[in-house]
Amino acid sequence: MERKELTCIGCPMGCSITVELEGDEILSVSGNTCAVGDKYARTEVLHPERTVTSTVTVTGGEKQRVSVKTAGNIPKDRIEACMEAINNVSVSAPVKIGDIIIENVAGTGVSVVATKNIS
Amino acid sequence: MINYEIVIIGGGPAGLAAALSARKAGVENILILERDAELGGILNQCIHNGFGLHTFKEELTGPEYAWRFIERVQKENIAYRLNTMVLNISKDRIVTAMNRDEGIIQIQAGAVILAMGCRERPRGALNIPGFRPAGIFSAGTAQRLVNIEGYMPGKEVVILGSGDIGLIMARRMTLEGADVKVVAELMPYSGGLKRNIVQCLDDFNIPLKLSHTVVDIEGKDRVTAVTIAEVDENRKPVPGTEERYTCDTLLLSCGLIPENELSVNAGIELSRITNGPVVTDRLETNIPGIFACGNVLHVHDLVDFVSEEAAKAGRSAAEFVQNSTAEKQSSEPVVLKAESGVRYTVPFTVDPGTMEDLLKVCFRVGAVFRDAYVSVYFNDERVMHMKKRILSPGEMEQVILQKKKLLEYDDLKTVTIRIEAE
Repeated sequence: MERKELTCIGCPMGCSITVELEGDEILSVSGNTCAVGDKYARTEVLHPERTVTSTVTVTGGEKQRVSVKTAGNIPKDRIEACMEAINNVSVSAPVKIGDIIIENVAGTGVSVVATKNIS
Repeated sequence: MINYEIVIIGGGPAGLAAALSARKAGVENILILERDAELGGILNQCIHNGFGLHTFKEELTGPEYAWRFIERVQKENIAYRLNTMVLNISKDRIVTAMNRDEGIIQIQAGAVILAMGCRERPRGALNIPGFRPAGIFSAGTAQRLVNIEGYMPGKEVVILGSGDIGLIMARRMTLEGADVKVVAELMPYSGGLKRNIVQCLDDFNIPLKLSHTVVDIEGKDRVTAVTIAEVDENRKPVPGTEERYTCDTLLLSCGLIPENELSVNAGIELSRITNGPVVTDRLETNIPGIFACGNVLHVHDLVDFVSEEAAKAGRSAAEFVQNSTAEKQSSEPVVLKAESGVRYTVPFTVDPGTMEDLLKVCFRVGAVFRDAYVSVYFNDERVMHMKKRILSPGEMEQVILQKKKLLEYDDLKTVTIRIEAE
């Protein structure tokens, strides 16, 4: 049996979580204080995921850059590919919060969306 | 002179939330003064996610969180002036400000809410030896350059200080292709949130060296190298522990200071510990009708708590202009005391007669405590005793006081918060 000690990133509480697992089978999760922590721990030990945030060049707008995020978590090992895609795209104003900037970024099935309005 | 019932200094998260709650309490004439070209304050450059878990039960980025408030301020037709710098606030609440369109303007305010936020501790306040080349930025300046202007301040980076902005920028610069070599922290604990150490440093294998500081900066025109060394328990560098890192950039994330120049001019009493105004449970300063909230009052970890605090300042200012609390004020407020490991409390006093039903008292500890208790004393009697797995200076703590309990207690003079081993 293997024990993994994690710090939950689900919220600023940062609970210390212990996961016991046998290969790919999770035997127990403890130390979390909510359901988010349980879900985080189960994902983190087997296939960790993150939300990526960055900016994209805007043309013809009041600002040079628009902030963006992945609409959901993507596998940690796809972060680099996601950043490359983000850095290779530009959009023209106006942009609205929630506008899809890149569909299915780096083959993750997750879209990159705008997080700021640019007129 | 222009007249407004409430004038709010600053259009960041605190100012926006204060304006909305004052409007909700029935105040018509509200003006927000903002020195930047847009509302939202520092949230505009905080493009990372993690905001709003408490307020909206979802994880938003900074600009999205700000927009939720800006949208409502616009819908409510609350007046605001952008690119407007406040120069002075007088004791009788005359606000002097200037902008390019109107020149100098004077506004008589029924009540003033201070929501100016904070700024970063600069190199000059840190006594770092070495040369003074280009390439030394505060973490927030680098954040603005990368996220708003679209410039990378450097390629090989050393970060001094483990405040949240420094940690966030370690990840941000790494994602943009920079090599972040090390984060050095003077204290034996991190100044940032644990989750940021995990997702900003550990994720990218960036080492965090606790009890380390910068002892030399090299470079004539541009930074060429930075030397860090371990420090002893008196925070003095230990000879022989120096490590030299070649780099072109040094980021400083060494603490935030509430921005209170205007408060000082207005004659507002400041706390030497928080560097913010000394306030009552209604967030009123020693000058009647001037209230404070957000990072200008004390530096917060979470914007959600800023919004919550600001909403309260908005309610209190509304009550003040509507004159509904004046006669209920009792003469001797109860003093809140921070002792044994607790550095400060906000607020500093509470009036059981006029307080809201529940009062959230925020505090920070001065060192890391494990498996310790947060205790609350009414005079000399312990009335609350809560076990905490970990207490750390980087994370704000709170206790909730009930109006009913305070009113019931005979001859209550002080409420003291202490950290106890058992």
